[in-house]
Amino acid sequence: MSGAMQDFATHPTNWLVILPVVLALLGGAVLLMLREAREAQFWLALGIVAVIFVSDIALALRVSETGPVAMTMGRWLPPFGISFVADLTSAVFALAAAGVTLLLLVYLRMDMPDRARRDGVYPLILLLLAGVSGSFLTGDLFNLYVWFEVMLISSFGLMVLGGRNIQLDGTVKYGFLNFLATTFFLAALGLLYGTLGTLNMADIVGRAGLANPAVMTSIAALLLLAFGMKAAAFPVNAWLPASYHAPPAAISALLAGLLTKVGVYALLRALVMLLPASREVLEPVLVLVAIGTLILGPLGAIAETNLRRALGFLVIGGIGATIAGAALGNATGLAGSVTYVLHAMLTISGLYLVAGLLEAISGETDTRRMGGVYAAASLPSLLFFVLMLAVAGVPPFLGFWPKLLLVQGGIEGWGFGRDGWALTLWLAVLANALLTLIAVSRLWAHIFWRPGHEGAATEAPNPDLKPLSPQVRWLGLGSAGVLTLVVLLLGLWPEPLLGFGKDAAAGLLRPANYIVATGLEGAAP
Amino acid sequence: MNSLIFRTIAPLLVAVMLVFSVFVLLRGHNEPGGGFIGGLIAASALAIYGMAMGVDAARTALKVHPLAYAGFGVALAALAGVLSILFDVPFLTGLWTIFELDEVEVAISTPMVFDIGVYFVVFGTIAAVALALEDEEGGA
Amino acid sequence: MDHVIAALSGVFLAAAIYLLLSRALIRMLLGLVLLGNAVNLLILVAGRLGRIVPPIALDGANAPSAGAANPLPQALILTAIVIGFAMFAFLLVLAYRTYQSLEADDTDRMRVAEPRGGPKPPMSY
Repeated sequence: MSGAMQDFATHPTNWLVILPVVLALLGGAVLLMLREAREAQFWLALGIVAVIFVSDIALALRVSETGPVAMTMGRWLPPFGISFVADLTSAVFALAAAGVTLLLLVYLRMDMPDRARRDGVYPLILLLLAGVSGSFLTGDLFNLYVWFEVMLISSFGLMVLGGRNIQLDGTVKYGFLNFLATTFFLAALGLLYGTLGTLNMADIVGRAGLANPAVMTSIAALLLLAFGMKAAAFPVNAWLPASYHAPPAAISALLAGLLTKVGVYALLRALVMLLPASREVLEPVLVLVAIGTLILGPLGAIAETNLRRALGFLVIGGIGATIAGAALGNATGLAGSVTYVLHAMLTISGLYLVAGLLEAISGETDTRRMGGVYAAASLPSLLFFVLMLAVAGVPPFLGFWPKLLLVQGGIEGWGFGRDGWALTLWLAVLANALLTLIAVSRLWAHIFWRPGHEGAATEAPNPDLKPLSPQVRWLGLGSAGVLTLVVLLLGLWPEPLLGFGKDAAAGLLRPANYIVATGLEGAAP
Repeated sequence: MNSLIFRTIAPLLVAVMLVFSVFVLLRGHNEPGGGFIGGLIAASALAIYGMAMGVDAARTALKVHPLAYAGFGVALAALAGVLSILFDVPFLTGLWTIFELDEVEVAISTPMVFDIGVYFVVFGTIAAVALALEDEEGGA
Repeated sequence: MDHVIAALSGVFLAAAIYLLLSRALIRMLLGLVLLGNAVNLLILVAGRLGRIVPPIALDGANAPSAGAANPLPQALILTAIVIGFAMFAFLLVLAYRTYQSLEADDTDRMRVAEPRGGPKPPMSY
């Protein structure tokens, strides 16, 4: 039996790969015990997430210097124990998730109803962060399923917190469909285990090529369905606009910024790294899904009058862009995918935060009755302007660079003579950029430039707008401003972003280092 | 539920079930049993108490909110895993210490602490759900 | 034996999908439970059936005896059952609360978040 046990000492820095998850779990647990001390809960939550953020920075630095970091639980050797592996993609995504959560905690302080605070919004946020970090950092597919469920149950809680009718309605749809998706994922896991006899990701890479390709492709198709549902890809996207606008703005931002991105991450990991041969077979499906999502998202946003529902459709459009990268499958396209995920995490969360501010200013959720915000509150308008150009991909803002990579990837794929798929994808990405620009500029015109309500005859300023209270101005505007600043700076100096995209895509396409770090070099192909 | 027989017998039943749940928890280390099933037994004991005496009485008997027990369990389980950082072994490695107590060998280990954590998590969550549902029944 | 369990899993799956296609929340919930059980059976079959030696190391031995059943699918199923149970409990409370607040268990009548006959898209600009 000792042959299956690790007999060398674990280096303390390897703990970095598990630390974000353990800290979030421990923090959530302690906060659950401190139910009554609501003020202390906030400060403690803020402190813990700050520590997680710092340890994520350390992990990302370590990974970028020395390559993937891994640790296998309980001194078992890799295929037997549950591995946690951080390559560049996981580490940077986990870092972005912690950063967004940190800012959201500050924002949340401005308008959280006391009832939600009593019912435990802070522990749930930490458990959600544990689920998200765990999903990014785990190196074992079954463990990924467990983190999905941790994430799911805490997001249920967050979404229904406060218990208004609209939230109950949204949560029912969100809950049933996402639970269905994870059950499909579980079914795919069962089949995968039955075929390969392993669920360790590094081990699967080595064995998937030797198995029956037809079986592998069916499993990959099931995984695509499950992760596509989690990511809200067309045609299984209906739950997202039905639910994400129901909870308070900060919670919407957290869910929209992190959860669908975990679905995309899992999709990239499973199809690109684990089952590359099946991805090639499924390429036509991926292309159709990507095109549908790319076009449907911004069209929905154009037709929508509820501000946060419109943003929900923009989330879907972004998911299309990330799937387009997976469908292209070349290094440039994948780099576009991973950088797009990073961009969407930051930009979409920022947009939802600003949407919350706009709702506070106008007291409305409907864009037709907002009107005239630019004259009343110029600073939130400025933030929205930067973020909306970023999400539409106008140079030199953040969203431009991932889309540039995707377009480049499309041209490369096309040039290499891979039938017409790459060309259609290329066109769809461009159409998506144009439609998104139309959608956000209409939002801009309706909310900010139009003087009053839709159809109002006067040019007088909208009388229903209220100035922000000092607390909201400092906390809400401050956290949304910091997030926007990050988006702005990353857009103006894109070298780190592009470097990350290139290295992360290389890591996904050629996972040799990942396998060695896990400790399975013997099984490497 | 307003039944004299049930109210009389319930405390006895609850006491026996709680002791049995701890027995199942500790036995689970090498034989069938364990934290999960122990926690379920303890939670059903509390549910019976709630049915007999009312949900308020059950909440008072717990002293703190059931989810706080769950939080304690998660913290305990996580700490049992983190302890291994002191011994240069990976997260969640089983660590053992055996001492003699009147010629009886008592083995204390981190898997056992972890299992006790599981016991509290299951007890806390199931008790919270059960009490919430019983509350609804009474309120409707 | 494998074939019987595999067929049973298929029957469960069919029943689950039939229930999930219903508009009543409680039927959908039962459908999800059945689906979970179908998947658990699937994992069991995928881990190969038929061996009868329990995977327990006997006293003094370091490994289970040869020909023991594969314990991993059982561990996976146990985890999945526990998680599925927690989800079921949550969704049950949620469905009940929704039924009380919205007075509807028919998803066609749950239109608070997405009002029926919503406004036309903004026409100006």
